[in-house]
Formats: sequence, structure tokens, C-alpha cells
Amino acid sequence: MELQQFKYDNKIVKYFVIATVTFGLIGMLVGILMAIQLFLPEANFGLQFTTFGRIRPLHTNAVIFAFVGNAMFAGVYYSMQRLLKARMFSDMLSWVHFWGWQLIILAAVITLPLGMTTSKEYAELEWPIDIAITIIWVVFGINMIGTILKRRERHMYVAIWFYIATFVTVAVLHVVNSFEIPVTMFKSYSWYAGVQDALVQWWYGHNAVAFFLTTPFLGIMYYFLPKAANRPVYSYKLSIIHFWSLIFIYIWAGPHHLLYTSLPNWAQSLGTVFSIMLLAPSWGGMLNGLLTLRGAWDRVREDPVLKFMVVAVTAYGMATLEGPLLSIKNVNAIAHFTDWIIAHVHVGGLGWNGFLIFGMLYWMIPRMWGTKLYSTKLANTHFWIGTLGIIVYALPLYTAGVVQSLMWKSFNAEGFLEYPNFLETVTQIVPMYMMRAVGGVLYLAGAIMMAYNLVKTAKQGSFKAEEAAEAPALEKKKKIVGGHWHSVLERKPIIFTVLTLVAILIGGIIEMVPTFLIKSNIPTIESVKPYTPLELHGRDLYIKEGCSNCHTQMVRPFRSETERYGEYSKAGEFVYDHPFLWGSKRTGPDLHRVGGKYNNVWHFNHMLDPNSTSPGSIMPPYAWLFTQSIDLDETAGKITALRTVGVPYAEGYEETANDDLMKQAKEITADLAASDIEISEQAEIVALIAYLQRLGTDIKVKSNDQNP
Amino acid sequence: MFKHYFEKIHNVEVWPIISLTIFFVFFVGLMVYVWRMKKDYVEEMSDIPLDDDATIILSDFKNENH
Repeated sequence: MELQQFKYDNKIVKYFVIATVTFGLIGMLVGILMAIQLFLPEANFGLQFTTFGRIRPLHTNAVIFAFVGNAMFAGVYYSMQRLLKARMFSDMLSWVHFWGWQLIILAAVITLPLGMTTSKEYAELEWPIDIAITIIWVVFGINMIGTILKRRERHMYVAIWFYIATFVTVAVLHVVNSFEIPVTMFKSYSWYAGVQDALVQWWYGHNAVAFFLTTPFLGIMYYFLPKAANRPVYSYKLSIIHFWSLIFIYIWAGPHHLLYTSLPNWAQSLGTVFSIMLLAPSWGGMLNGLLTLRGAWDRVREDPVLKFMVVAVTAYGMATLEGPLLSIKNVNAIAHFTDWIIAHVHVGGLGWNGFLIFGMLYWMIPRMWGTKLYSTKLANTHFWIGTLGIIVYALPLYTAGVVQSLMWKSFNAEGFLEYPNFLETVTQIVPMYMMRAVGGVLYLAGAIMMAYNLVKTAKQGSFKAEEAAEAPALEKKKKIVGGHWHSVLERKPIIFTVLTLVAILIGGIIEMVPTFLIKSNIPTIESVKPYTPLELHGRDLYIKEGCSNCHTQMVRPFRSETERYGEYSKAGEFVYDHPFLWGSKRTGPDLHRVGGKYNNVWHFNHMLDPNSTSPGSIMPPYAWLFTQSIDLDETAGKITALRTVGVPYAEGYEETANDDLMKQAKEITADLAASDIEISEQAEIVALIAYLQRLGTDIKVKSNDQNP
Repeated sequence: MFKHYFEKIHNVEVWPIISLTIFFVFFVGLMVYVWRMKKDYVEEMSDIPLDDDATIILSDFKNENH
């Protein structure tokens, strides 16, 4: 058979590698800055742009989409060409993909510190950027499917299946979760409200972990681990089972992020059951990875690449054991909203993603530059300091999570809360926050060593942008009859892609359709009314400042929570919440019933200097809320947009909304003036106070009417 | 936007049974298929990642050092 000559494109891989390392260092640095702010709030430099609530999404987006994302593309572009024995489908698409993705990251770096955010976790970017992501993702998809179609290897290796599943699922997740109605150029409201928004968001959020942080890296594991160990994967059969069961089951597990919330109970149970089932394929995959090293363990002692990969796969195993355990309702009752979850995701992020990426880079760079690694010793040092970093990061946070949760739930002999002041439970764990920051610094130090080592390696070698290869062409005409259905599937990438899509759609549809379409799932409450225009501005400030990164709005039906916060949250209370703001972490107390709990003056002083009302608080002062004004010109647009998505503002209300707004603002400023506080009616703080005072009060209105 | 269309979905009780059936049949089918896979095919597949180096023209690195 005639051999065709072609060249692998290494240049695109090189660029993605440079972006990976650069954004990795930046993303980790932002993480450390946040970690420091948790015990030293002044570390925000007094600037709104570098305050925790704004840079938390910057950190998550940087590490997920910039660091891990670029590494994924580097790994995919490198391995896919070689597994399919073909150059990427189109060089132009490769470069559009690369530069488009970097521009999206740049847009994130600019907009997030400015407070332009949707508040939906890992989907914070505003609508124009969402559209750009969709386009670039499709470019990536076309390039990938195109390469598969022009391949010279008849069968698609298991890594390719994981890449296909990644492309298909992330596309579906991103589009469905990004339905939003634009208000201005960088402001939109989620199309969904309350419980439905929460369900869509966590279906997305959970599967972003599954299909952005897991499946592509399983593909990378199935390629790079056998390469580095120089032996085939332990069980190819197991990898088939791993793939299908993982994508089939993962998509159902999202509701485990919403246990004990106002989500209908059946959906919560569904999430729990599937999360526990997930353990099987995850551990199947982990064992498959580790057993690939059978008979090669002696090399693990010397080869830093294998060391990184072993710890990565082990971390995958630990995180995927912990995930199902955390999905059991009574474990979740303790862990949810605490630092336990932060520790959990960082075992996955630092251990699984980070270490697999490091291993991949240490393996790939010397090969693409035709040389040896500059310093194996330095790489080994990186391995140990990185491992130490993960441990020093995670252990204090596990402790912090359990300690704080038990304090929240503890009652004294008289039946009162042992720690009625939330702040007590925070000051208790501040030392753990300090240790966590040390862990982060260690991990970053290791990554800096790697950057140096890789640059030195590249300098001593010579980069091979075009790597020549040859392989026989696939015989197009030859009809292959028979074989098992799966080997047929592996020859037909389009059918394979469609089946993958079907597999992931089933779970999403069964969860969402009933929540959206059955009335009894979201019981309406008559006294719940839309927000006033001033409250709406306040709510948007709450979103802009990222308050939901530290404060939940979801009182769970536990005695310890109803004692502390008040009546537990009902699904019907959130029907006008576009987007929902339940939050996922309680660094500060829950705010759903904060309305009416304190007077306006308290809120004013608290936002100006949290320590004046709550000594020892780790919340930063929000001085800028007192000098900046809300934009009254935006009121009409907000009202109209919300009406479009179903909030029953009367027709034409947008014309008179500002009158109501000023009236309510004057009431608040008059109240403040009684305590000798002078502030403009349009100051941001006034709107925020209006919103905070409204929170969770709707269900009280009814009882007030009955007992005047 | 999303109005509540139905009071309830007719016969919703069968949904879990249908789901269970889909899963059961799929996974049993998958197991049977994997169990019956031919050994040489499995070997061929698992060797794919290790194959690629063989096709690279090794002398290339030396020739094109410019």
C-alpha cells in the first residue's frame, strides 16, 4: 500500500502550551491573592477591582478556561494528530481557535474585575463573550471532526471518544445555560428564574467539571500515560465501559449541588443516586490508569513524568470517591456551604488537572524540541513541592469545613445555638485559611520551577514546527462488513458523535422537563411580588460585587438554620429571581432572611466598615458604594428585560419606575438622616440597602396582614 | 417565560421504570459486547498510541536543523 507523507503541526501545540503555562501562573497568583484576603481583607488594596467578590470568578475562570482549557487544547492537538495519523483539518481553524480563545480570556480578565458578571458560577462571563465562546467552540469542533474524517487510522482510539464527548457536551451545556436577555452591552438577566435557574446552572456547573475538567483529561490520560510508560493501556475493554458509563451517568448528577434546597425532592434524590453510581466508572478509569503502570513501577521512581501522572490519577480517584460521598444527603448536610467543598475541588484541580498537565508538559516539550529535559532534578523538586502544596492546601480546609459546620449545628443544653454569632465560627478557622494560603504558595512555587525548566529545555533544543510522518491512506471504497457494533461505530465518527449526544441528552431532559413543565414542582406563593426598581438596582449591585461568592440565600430546613436565620427557603419565593442567587459557600452568614433583621443605619455602617458592627469580620469595607451612583437611565431597560422573561411588571411601568425608585430612596435617606447620616439618594449603598431589607420578607407580608 | 404547562405529566410513575430499563439494557449490552471482543482486535486498539512513533521519519530531526 502506498505511504502518504504528511506533517504534524507542532506550532499550534507550542502556542497552546505557552498560553497554558502563562495563564496557569496568573490564575494561581490570583488564587493566592484571594486566599490572603480571607485572613487579611486589606489585601484587596482598597480597590473594588481586586476585592474578593470580583476576583473569585477571575480565579475560577482563569484556572478552568485559561489554564486547564489551553492545556486541554494543547493535549488534544498533539495527541489527536498522532492517533489519527493526520494533520489537523485546517491550519486556519487551528489559529482562529487559538487566538479566539485567548481574546475570550482577555475579555474575561477585563470584564470580571469591572463587575460585569452573570453571577452563575463558571458561567460568569456576560452575553457578548458567551456568543464568542460558542463560535470558537464550534470552530474547535469543526477542526476536530474534520481531522477525524480525514484520518489515516481506521479505528478511533478511546482518547478520541473522550474528546468528541467533550466537544458535544460542553456545546450543549454552554448554550442551554447561557440563555439570557441582554439589558445593556455587558449586562443580562438569566432567561430562567429561581429553582429552574438553579437546576440549569448546576446541571451546567457539575457537567463543566465533568466534561471540561474530566473527560478531555481522561482522553489525555489514555494517550499520554501509555506513551510515558511505553506500554499499552491496562485494559482496553475497561476503557470502553469507562467511557460509556461515565458520559451516560455524569450528566444526571448535577442536582447533588442542591441538596436540602428548594429544589423538588425527586430531583434531589435522582442527583444522589446517579452520583453514587458514578463511583463505578470513575474508579474503573482510575484503576485502568494505575494498572497501566504494572511492571513499570520501578520507572516511576526515576521519571518525573510518571510521578506526576500517578499522583494525578490517584487524586482523580480520591476526588471521585469523595464526590459520591458528598452527594449522600447526610454527609452533604455537614459539608455543603463549607470549606470542605473548596478542599474537594482543589484535590481535583491541583491534583488531577494540575499534575496531569505538568506530567504532559514535561513529556511533550523535550519531544517537540528534540532534546532532553533541562533538569530532571528540578522537575522532581517541583513534584515534591507541588505534592506538599496540595496537602498543605487541602488538609486545613477539610478541618476548617468540619469544624465550622459542627459549630453551626451545635446546640447548648438549654436548646439554644451554642454559637449564635456567625462570626465566632469564622474567627475559629482563620488560622486554617492562613495555612491554606501557604499551600497555594508552595504549589505556585513548583509551577514557577516548571516554567523555568521548560524554557531552559526549549532553549537547548530546536523546535520542530512541522514533524514529518507517513502512513498509508485509508481505503475509502473498501466495504467492511460485520465486526461488532462498536468497531463499526469507531469507523463512523458522525454516528458516534450523535450517539454521544443522545446519551448525554437523556439525563438532562428527564431532569429538566418536569421541573419546567409541572406546576406542582414550584408552588407559587401569592404574597411574593416582583422587586421594586430600587431593589432591582440593589440586586444588580449584589451581583456586580459578587456577594453570592461568600453569602448564600438559601436557608435549609434544619433546626440549626431556622434558629439562626429564620423560616427555611421555599421554591415559590424565588420565582422572580433572574438569576437565582442561592450561592454555594457561606464564608459569611446566609442572607435570605436578612430583610428587616437590622436597621438601615446598621447596614450603612456595616458596608462602610464591617468591623464597626462586627468586630473581627473578614469582610472588606465597600467604600466605593458610598461615592458611586446608580444609573437611572438603565431602570427602564431592566424592567422591560425582566418583563420579557416573565416578571409581571405592568405594561408601561418602565416610564414611571424611576419615580417609585426616588420615592423609596428618599425614605431610606430620610431614615439615615435621622441618625445624622447624609447620603445622596442615588448612591449605590441606598439601592443595596433597599435590596437587603427586602430579602426574604415577602412571606412575612401575609402574616402581617392577618395580624395588623 | 416558562409558563407552567401541565398540572402533571400523565403516567409519570412509569418514567423511573423506563429509565431503569434503558440503563439496564444498555449496560448489559455493553458488558456482553466487551466480553465477546476478539483478543487481536483489542490488542490492535490498545497499541494505537504506541504506533505513531514508528511512522515518523527519525532522521528528520537531524536534517532540518535550521
